[in-house]
Amino acid sequence: MKLFMTTAVSALTVLGGTAAMADIKLGASVSASGPAAFLGDPEAKTIEMMVDQINEEGGINGEKIDLVLYDDGGDPNKARTFATRLVEDDEVVAIIGGSTTGTTMSILSVAEDAEVPFISLAGAIQIIDPVHKWVFKTPHTDRMACEKIFSDMQKKGITKIGMISGTDGFGASMQAQCKDVAPKYAIEILSDETYGPQDADMTPQLTKIRNTQGVQAILNPGFGQGPAIVTRNKAQLGIDLPLYESHGVASDGFIELAGAAAAEGVRLPGTALLVASILPESDPQKPVVTAYKAAYEAKYGETVSTFGGYAHDAVDLMSHAMKTGGNDPAAIRDALEATQGYVGTTGIYSFSPEDHLGLDLSAFKMLEIHDGGWTLID
Amino acid sequence: MKLSSKWVQLAALAVLVAVLPLFFPSGYYYRVGALIFVNGLAVTGLVILIGYAGQISLGHAGFAGIGGYACALAPEHLGLPPSLSILLGAAISALLAVLIGKPILRLRGYYLAVATLGFGILVSMVLTNERALTGGPDGMAVQGLALRKILRGWGWRLSSGEFWYVMSALAMLLGVWIALNLFQSATGRAMRALHGSEVAARTVGIDVARLKLQAFVISAVYASVSGSLLALQNKFVTPDIAGFMHSIELVTMAVLGGVGSVVGAVTGGAILTLLPQVLTVFAEYEQLVLGLVMILVMIFLPRGLLPSIAAKMKGRGE
Repeated sequence: MKLFMTTAVSALTVLGGTAAMADIKLGASVSASGPAAFLGDPEAKTIEMMVDQINEEGGINGEKIDLVLYDDGGDPNKARTFATRLVEDDEVVAIIGGSTTGTTMSILSVAEDAEVPFISLAGAIQIIDPVHKWVFKTPHTDRMACEKIFSDMQKKGITKIGMISGTDGFGASMQAQCKDVAPKYAIEILSDETYGPQDADMTPQLTKIRNTQGVQAILNPGFGQGPAIVTRNKAQLGIDLPLYESHGVASDGFIELAGAAAAEGVRLPGTALLVASILPESDPQKPVVTAYKAAYEAKYGETVSTFGGYAHDAVDLMSHAMKTGGNDPAAIRDALEATQGYVGTTGIYSFSPEDHLGLDLSAFKMLEIHDGGWTLID
Repeated sequence: MKLSSKWVQLAALAVLVAVLPLFFPSGYYYRVGALIFVNGLAVTGLVILIGYAGQISLGHAGFAGIGGYACALAPEHLGLPPSLSILLGAAISALLAVLIGKPILRLRGYYLAVATLGFGILVSMVLTNERALTGGPDGMAVQGLALRKILRGWGWRLSSGEFWYVMSALAMLLGVWIALNLFQSATGRAMRALHGSEVAARTVGIDVARLKLQAFVISAVYASVSGSLLALQNKFVTPDIAGFMHSIELVTMAVLGGVGSVVGAVTGGAILTLLPQVLTVFAEYEQLVLGLVMILVMIFLPRGLLPSIAAKMKGRGE
């Protein structure tokens, strides 16, 4: 029993010894390791880089930011514990994080209870609908990706499609949202197939879609390696239908994985960040995305991802709010909500008490893969 | 320091639980404490199954998932208050444990491990894929317990962390008390006999099949209640709660602390819950340290941390 006591007490002293004095404490909990590391890793790197940049440039109104960053490993339970730690123990004035919808929803109620502003980096619509007073988010919702794709289909006169979706969180969420919003664009989903995130072959599902009468295009809500395999399989089967991918694969890695030949003509909604080099000079996002891309790639030697861009916008929005509002959680929240026309890598944000996302469809750019590179459709 | 004494163990745990908050520098420690107790409850259930009856389960997170989702779904669809949903979850878990326990508890060793593993994965797959009901991999929100509001009405303004510290502690102490009582009862002795030798137990007239099932069902209820408490205090639940990793975590906690001793297993749970919090500085090496701790314990303290050390202190050695 004595042993249990000493273990617990020594553990507590270790835990208690980390608090340090600082100017402005900014908290973050992202999934830098684990199954959601593809989201959390670039996010963590971006947050660290941005905070360093802000401090080098003299901080916020002369005060330095002290970043407390935890890795929740994609586990919602851990995310909630870290959020509690950020609020209660580290006493941060604001939180950025929640790489996945699950971790975000776990942090959400902690932030609401403690009345600390929280900017989420996850996609689902339930984070901001209904609006929570203290919660904002930077990524567009899956629903908006569906709408962007469907409006492009409408322009091409496509009305009947087949869907093939991943069963992971991203794919399943977007599949549901697309099915929900399809009637608004007079799109009929004739075939609705799924695949597991680890599957290595999607030819059976694609064959089924090909054999469905009347399908004019294929939509693939999914993420990671799945969409690359779908793209390759579709080319191997010689299916001559337009293929739409999701914003989840909007990276150069996707073209490499699928192969330039198979990916030729694939369309997907992406952010300005992805096509920084081919954006017209007149584009208001051009300077922001070019600067972020250059800084990130110089520092870490890897290409930027859309997800890191979400974190970039979150830190930037937060620091702007601190500059204008002050360092008090309530003041930061009010300043965030009052943000109008802020240009980020993901889009141009204008928050309001009814809208804590602040983006519209124009934040997405319709891209087409051509000769192993990206071209802008509109 | 006599591990066999039920009341000493229980009183020591209770005093520790009551005294620790005096040293808490912030509200965050209540959260960590509550997590330790919730895990401690599930691990106590595993002590009954693994430590007493000598059966293995790698799928107990499945029951935690059922308990957790019962608290999410029943208030929404059946209008049941969350407190009763805990009982509903426990009842469903017990029923399922009977149904699947009957056939699979005839298996032994690896086969039993694989069958329970399959059950856990099945539950987590159902929770992931039944999107319309469970919200899929994104998870779903859970209503809070009305009790906290009632307490507030009486002028007791507990923070969420403090409230759940108390609730989880009470649940764990109750669980530990039941488990310690069981240990000394005729059923407990029969379970231990079964652990020692199934054949010998059968020859002295013990209904081996029934006893295994009892242990399995009891531990399933423990896991289910722990899952419910976790979902209620997180106010959100995702299929991770039923995931394979959670099952492994629970078994590891029990084995690390000492699967034959309730207090030992709870200690193991406490260590494995605290470690990730202490190791945030080296988050990348967390798995490495956990693995190393396990290997060292298995080699040098094969009966688990607490029983091995207690035996050494008594001068009996290993």
